[in-house]
Amino acid sequence: MNPGAERLLARVTQLNADYARAIDDDRLEDWPGFFAEKCVYKITSADNHRRGLQVGVIYADTIGMLRDRVAALREANVYERQTYRHLIGLPALIGPVEGGEVRAETPFLVVRIMRDGTMDIFATGRYLDALVEDGGALRFRERIVVCDSGRFDTLLAIPL
Amino acid sequence: MGEITRAWPADTLARVPFWVYQDEANYTAELRRIFEGPVWSYVCLESDVAKPGEFRTTFVGEMPVIVVRGQDGGVHAFENRCAHRGALIALDDAGSVKNAFQCVYHAWSYDLRGNLIGIAFEKGSNGRGGMPSDFCKADHGPRKLRTTTLCGLVFATLSPATPPIEDYLGAEILGRVRRVMGKPVQVLGRFTQALPNNWKLYIENVKDTYHASLLHAFFGTFRITRLTQGGGVLVSPDGAHHASYTIGVPEDAKSAAYREQGIRSELDGFRLADARLLDSVDEFNDRIQLQILTVFPNLVIQQVQNSLAVRQVLPRGPDAMDLHWTYIGFADDTADMRQRRLRQANLVGPAGYVSMEDGCVGGFVQRGAAAASDEVSVINMGGEGTESMDTRATEASVRGFWKAYRRYMDS
Repeated sequence: MNPGAERLLARVTQLNADYARAIDDDRLEDWPGFFAEKCVYKITSADNHRRGLQVGVIYADTIGMLRDRVAALREANVYERQTYRHLIGLPALIGPVEGGEVRAETPFLVVRIMRDGTMDIFATGRYLDALVEDGGALRFRERIVVCDSGRFDTLLAIPL
Repeated sequence: MGEITRAWPADTLARVPFWVYQDEANYTAELRRIFEGPVWSYVCLESDVAKPGEFRTTFVGEMPVIVVRGQDGGVHAFENRCAHRGALIALDDAGSVKNAFQCVYHAWSYDLRGNLIGIAFEKGSNGRGGMPSDFCKADHGPRKLRTTTLCGLVFATLSPATPPIEDYLGAEILGRVRRVMGKPVQVLGRFTQALPNNWKLYIENVKDTYHASLLHAFFGTFRITRLTQGGGVLVSPDGAHHASYTIGVPEDAKSAAYREQGIRSELDGFRLADARLLDSVDEFNDRIQLQILTVFPNLVIQQVQNSLAVRQVLPRGPDAMDLHWTYIGFADDTADMRQRRLRQANLVGPAGYVSMEDGCVGGFVQRGAAAASDEVSVINMGGEGTESMDTRATEASVRGFWKAYRRYMDS
């Protein structure tokens, strides 16, 4: 691997680590900051993705919609206290690594911990990312969360 | 210790004992008397089985079912169970076959109507073995269901006594189905939500217009709908089906109704950063912003602004169910409308701004009433009746459900 690709891989890995810590530490207000102003965030299933079916469990096509999601979770929505533990695998860089947009595919596993201590594998899947340089940082222009299963237990409140 | 009683409070639909959500024997009876009884269960969209040989697998109650388009253009349904050893015949959610299904276990095959047409080694091998010469294939086969279609929806029933779907629904609810499902639909995606509660708690929740603006704070906060807004609930004469609706007539935003009650819905200063979420088009030209419709026992048709979906309720034991969401648009949607439907899908589904809570609240009842089998829930808003009302501060449609439920269970 050339040094440019190595550096990029390290940055994407760090970005994913920071992303996971923000969600798992309940710093949801920091979550939209990982995205560029013009962005797409979607949670879907492998089946819908494969069939080209567009709808998402969550779908946002602006950073404002991400902020609204956090505001709704904080101010409006009702759900039992729960936290996630993200385990994010190593990113595979897809396509050219120099200049312009970077594409990466990264597997994840999310364990959900309920207030009574119940732990479940809540979701597994892969992040399909398009990343851009944005003010000296790498941010998501697109993060499609493709869950391996299309079956969600009870509800999905906290983002994946 | 007293005997366990499985009795209903006499002479009222406004009290429901908690054992109906818990009792194993009652659950088994529901599968027989309701789901396998004289009801129309929603099974799939007509567009899911558009061409001859295209099929979907689903369930009627807990019975696995194959729905398939026949060579004659009709939609057929039969139990997804091989007549030989009982194995599933079709193993995929959807697919296409030429003329027949073949069980993987011993290669018994079925035509598109569910008739047993082929038995591997029926005559044996080298003159030995095989089925008895008097074995009649026509006498063996999975159970067949009658199907009917309405506005692109496919329903199935095991009972010869189920009335035509139009009579089953009644004119008023039929009109409300036609209102939304008036054009060829296109599936935008599917998800399953596994709910930790008895299936009836979800149906009640959907029929319950009283909770909407109280549990779902997002509604009130963004003034998508409010009790003080125009709207109401239609209940079919037999109580079984309902349609609730709100009309987009903005009333005085300073309406005191909520404030006086000090309800959580009234949060000041909460505004969307991206208000396009609520940018709606009056696509049915009647100012109805929201219509939630149930068809007994397992279908919900949802219009929340421009987010359309059909939800199929699948019982999975006394204390669990699956909710199958199929998000739809119309085949003639503009690109703008399609994008609007994708954005507004955020309002519903497992992560829906206004439906997320419905995923957990049934479980709260299931757990809260765990030790209260012989206690009752109180369903008294709007009185004791089941008639349509032009207010949503009523539980008339929930009582309607119990009226129908008890009729099916007692018959």
